[in-house]
Amino acid sequence: MMQLMLQYGFYLIVLVALAIPLGSYIGKVMNGEHVWLSRILSPCERAVYRVMRVRADEEMNWKKYAVCAFLFSGIGFLFVFLIQMLQGVLPGNPQGIPGMSWHLSFNTAVSFVTNTNWQAYSGEAQASYLIQALGLAVQNFVSAATGIAVLFALIRGFIRVKTNGLGSFWVDMTRTVLYILIPLNLVISVFLVSQGVVQSLKPAETVELLEPVAVDAEGNFLENAEIDLENGVVTVDGTIVPDADIITEQIVPLGPAASQIAIKQTGTNGGGYYGVNSAHPLENPTWLSNLVEMISILLIPAALCFTFGRNVKSKKQGKAIFAAMFIMLVIALACVAVSEQSATPGLAQEEAVDISMNDQAGGNMEGKESRFGIAASSTWAAYTTAASNGSVNSMHDSYTPLGGMVPMILMQLGEVIFGGVGCGLYTMLAFAILTVFIAGLMVGRTPEYLCKKIEPYEMKWAAVACLATPVAILIGSGIAVLVPSVSDSLNNSGAHGFSEVLYAFTSAGGNNGSAFAGLNANTVFLNVSLAVCMLAARFAPMAAMLAIAGSLAKKKKIAVTAGTLSTSNGMFVFLLIFIVLLVGALSFFPALALGPLAEFFAS
Amino acid sequence: MSGKKKSALADKKMVARAIKDSFIKLKPGTQVKNPVMFLVYLSAILTTILWIVSLFGIKDAPSGFTLAIAVILWFTVLFANFAEAIAEGRGKAQADALRSAKKDVEAHKILSADKKEAISKVSSAALKKGDLVIVKAGEQIPADGEVIEGAASVDESAITGESAPVIRESGGDRSAVTGGTTVLSDWLVIQVTSEAGESFLDKMIAMVEGASRKKTPNEIALQIFLIALTVIFILVTISLYTYSVFSADQAGIPNPTSVTTLAALLVCLAPTTIGALLSAIGIAGMSRLNQANVLAMSGRAIEAAGDVDILMLDKTGTITLGNRQASELIPVDGTLPEELADAAQLSSLADETPEGRSVVVLAKEQFGIRGRSLEDKNMEFIPFSAKTRMSGVNYDGNEIRKGAADTVKQYVLDNGGSYSRECDEAVKKISKQGGTPLVVAKNHKILGVIHLKDIIKQGVKEKFADLRKMGIKTIMITGDNPLTAAAIAAEAGVDDFLAEATPEGKLQMIRDFQAKGHLVAMTGDGTNDAPALAQADVAVAMNSGTQAAKEAGNMVDLDSSPTKLIEIVRIGKQLLMTRGSLTTFSIANDVAKYFAIIPALFMGLYPGLSALNIMGLHSPYSAVLSAIIYNALIIIALIPLALKGVRYREVSAGKLLSRNLVVYGIGGVIAPFIFIKLIDMLLVAAALV
Repeated sequence: MMQLMLQYGFYLIVLVALAIPLGSYIGKVMNGEHVWLSRILSPCERAVYRVMRVRADEEMNWKKYAVCAFLFSGIGFLFVFLIQMLQGVLPGNPQGIPGMSWHLSFNTAVSFVTNTNWQAYSGEAQASYLIQALGLAVQNFVSAATGIAVLFALIRGFIRVKTNGLGSFWVDMTRTVLYILIPLNLVISVFLVSQGVVQSLKPAETVELLEPVAVDAEGNFLENAEIDLENGVVTVDGTIVPDADIITEQIVPLGPAASQIAIKQTGTNGGGYYGVNSAHPLENPTWLSNLVEMISILLIPAALCFTFGRNVKSKKQGKAIFAAMFIMLVIALACVAVSEQSATPGLAQEEAVDISMNDQAGGNMEGKESRFGIAASSTWAAYTTAASNGSVNSMHDSYTPLGGMVPMILMQLGEVIFGGVGCGLYTMLAFAILTVFIAGLMVGRTPEYLCKKIEPYEMKWAAVACLATPVAILIGSGIAVLVPSVSDSLNNSGAHGFSEVLYAFTSAGGNNGSAFAGLNANTVFLNVSLAVCMLAARFAPMAAMLAIAGSLAKKKKIAVTAGTLSTSNGMFVFLLIFIVLLVGALSFFPALALGPLAEFFAS
Repeated sequence: MSGKKKSALADKKMVARAIKDSFIKLKPGTQVKNPVMFLVYLSAILTTILWIVSLFGIKDAPSGFTLAIAVILWFTVLFANFAEAIAEGRGKAQADALRSAKKDVEAHKILSADKKEAISKVSSAALKKGDLVIVKAGEQIPADGEVIEGAASVDESAITGESAPVIRESGGDRSAVTGGTTVLSDWLVIQVTSEAGESFLDKMIAMVEGASRKKTPNEIALQIFLIALTVIFILVTISLYTYSVFSADQAGIPNPTSVTTLAALLVCLAPTTIGALLSAIGIAGMSRLNQANVLAMSGRAIEAAGDVDILMLDKTGTITLGNRQASELIPVDGTLPEELADAAQLSSLADETPEGRSVVVLAKEQFGIRGRSLEDKNMEFIPFSAKTRMSGVNYDGNEIRKGAADTVKQYVLDNGGSYSRECDEAVKKISKQGGTPLVVAKNHKILGVIHLKDIIKQGVKEKFADLRKMGIKTIMITGDNPLTAAAIAAEAGVDDFLAEATPEGKLQMIRDFQAKGHLVAMTGDGTNDAPALAQADVAVAMNSGTQAAKEAGNMVDLDSSPTKLIEIVRIGKQLLMTRGSLTTFSIANDVAKYFAIIPALFMGLYPGLSALNIMGLHSPYSAVLSAIIYNALIIIALIPLALKGVRYREVSAGKLLSRNLVVYGIGGVIAPFIFIKLIDMLLVAAALV
């Protein structure tokens, strides 16, 4: 028990210890201040501006900033969409993979541009090296950078007074990629390669199996088969299986994996190089690689809280937001950990197995890699759904009902518990605006946040930002359950089947991208509807927060007095948590009651 | 206004009128203005149709149940209408009283002030801006205007409710008159400043009646929040229906949800409590302000009052009593105290001002010098004049004078006397202590100095300390010199002061504070206050003030009381607090409603979900009915709170927040659990379910 607590505590402490210095580094980058990498990178930065004809001191108003961000994402989408459909005739495809169907390509392109990385495709089978490197990996970088850039614009909205300018989208993008994402991911990639993660441009290797295996005519694996290699005869329990195939070789998929895995973690993308994501031994081979990948999930989102505090010139404000997120994360992690550690009734086998101890060896290991165990899997599950990452090192479908419900709730809350890089924090700030609105009224003043008055205009857009995720999920899943083809895609029926559909739309609506498994998502309806959810949940809050930034920048600052509602004390942290949970609970209680809760109370 | 402070709910006539209005407000055009309640309205219509259809055998729920839901929903709508109507009730009564003052009268129009006899009689409605009218004793003033000639006592009780007449005269700061008031003595020549339909009285009627009440920005922002929540709940309800179809289909049983129950669920979840009370809260806030005899030109001004963090208060009347009192007699240059007291008393005998009388009182108390008859010793009194700036008495060849230090100094020096250092020091000492020195001289020799002291009102220091706790700074505005001002400021406990205040100085100070992000409130009455009033965030013009001041301000204080500002701030804060607290309560209620309805709906499908039925409600139907009955009754239960406003104390923001959170947040979570359970038990006991 103690050892487990230490393990969870360690994961949390490492995260915070790394996030604080990174936060202040990012803050400097945002303002263009001198950092220790400047000597190498500022010539590159200037070169980029020259080539792209960007004026480094340009000040865009919110509309121009938003148009740039949307256009940039739109062009990125078109590019990925087209090369995926044409990958069969394009180079960089040693496996000879055919082009994707239009709906799969649409879904995948949207998914990567929106920083969601929902994968209806299986990487090693349906995406060529060209797609991985030039399409997906590039989007991993720039979709993350777009979120951070918009956050920068919002921060400027808070600190600037009576002006229209929010900075330049192109400068923010360039700096984010150059100073933050490239150096950080370079280090992580090299480390992952050292742990055995693949980084190669060669086609897949074929290796001989140590022990041959047999499959029947339909391709099902035959257990306890006795294989006579010389005669090619397969016997199970003494009977000869006709038409059985003996397999002696396996294909090891290769490719530029490590470079993409680093950014998929740090950029809260989550799209694995391989279909099973970081549960794959070539994507996440050792406990050390697991630790680094896991911490990377939350590193930048957590750091950005400190960046926010530093750059609005009140570190307390950043700490308060961080505290609210961190407390919710710890609660969620505790729920998953306890649910997974206490074994399932199935394991108890009518008391044949003693599962009374908390740290009994078993727990719920279904769907988890034995090399990671329960603690590292549960932590990953909480981190990856708290952040809108979506990479997995275990299968959430196999979690206990409550253990699987918590990741779902984390996404349904709007991906604001750290959330996606940039977007998690800016959506959380929309919740902060809702919170000061209610709390501000209760102290007898019209609401204000960070010395800026919150008026109908801000409320309107904050509501859009906060409700985009619930609206997308509710409409999407509400329609999906009525579509007959969706029922056919389900592995399970009843409450668990419902959870699978709900999870898929939750994942898309939260721009998370993790999969519950158990749902065959590559159908026209699911590909298109999930893509629409992803688009809505990504771009509605983005536009909303830029509109708020534009409006705030124009306002004057209100003086702080004893009558001002403090937005950095424990009471505010508590209220913010309460509002986030309340909006989430009010939106999803009925849905959860029909899914995981029904399942839980049935067992 | 009527002096009655009777609660609107206690007045039977008002309640009857409000009930009637509740039904009139059922018009769709009225309902659509409040989106949350419009949703309830539509649900009521929908369930009514479902009930009618169910009578013909097409039913999705038992006929009686649908009828019950429909009836409760209609009541919910009516309760919301009632809340608004009762809040408007007091205003309407006030408006009726005001209207009776606003009758058409015959105006005596003249062409110029020189030809007062050339009167042409016209109807008051026909008067144009700039017309001149003459109003004599006993006549009603036909329109708002500025007195350009004459002085008269005017009865303004029709507007202020104050029966004591006030003086209105040309020039100065008491030149504005209001149509509908009556001249009691003398006559006035008035230049009309507003035409029929735009007069002060018209504006007042519109304001108190709520007819011109526009939604304030804060109300709009709150409404956006409520609409957002409502949209979510509409989606929750619709998606719940499809989830339910799916789940039932998977389980192979008929769909357990009906349109009726979903309509009930939707109404329960939507923030109907605050939606129903929102406009009542705003109207009631306005009404409380009217009861304090303050007219706000817009609802926005009241909210701004809640935000104000700088109060610019006039010293006289707000911080100090209107008049100064003699507190000490300081003889100089070897004069005996008795001699000084004697001279001081003699010079003040005829001085009927409070200051003069206080000198006589002091002389009597400290030195036993009795009052003397004015006829004694051939006394000739010299009254204070702007020219000499001294007052005094001549008797038996003696000449006693008292006045401001520099005036008396000039007077004695001119007549060969001397002004000693001791006297100068005494004068400075008094100034430093915040007093006003009056120097007394007899036969061109200075006897001593009278210390006139400003008397700080009782309790103001504590009041200012409370305001400081709320983050509100008080600034004292005074014409005194900086030394005097500093001393009074320290004694009264204000945060800052503006001495030797000029209109420009006030304006500059407001601008400086606003530049630092503060919101400033002030009162003013003179025409020269108008620029500062226009600049201030909350500007209260005295009703006795000039037309220019009234137009520049965004509130008018009918009592012309300088302390009113503090009360206005209180009303503003209370209004916002009530709005926030009831919103919190309304949303917190949803937790219990979920626990009532969701298990009820799906226990048939997933029996395990009965674990969520923590209230142990009797049956699905009783659960839905109890929740929706609670939802309707809570509106009625909270009407008194909406009208009265939540409890207000002058404490810091943190304390206010935690108190309101405990009461309305935690209370809002717990209360419905108890009452829904109770209603359920009653329904069961009455065998209705």
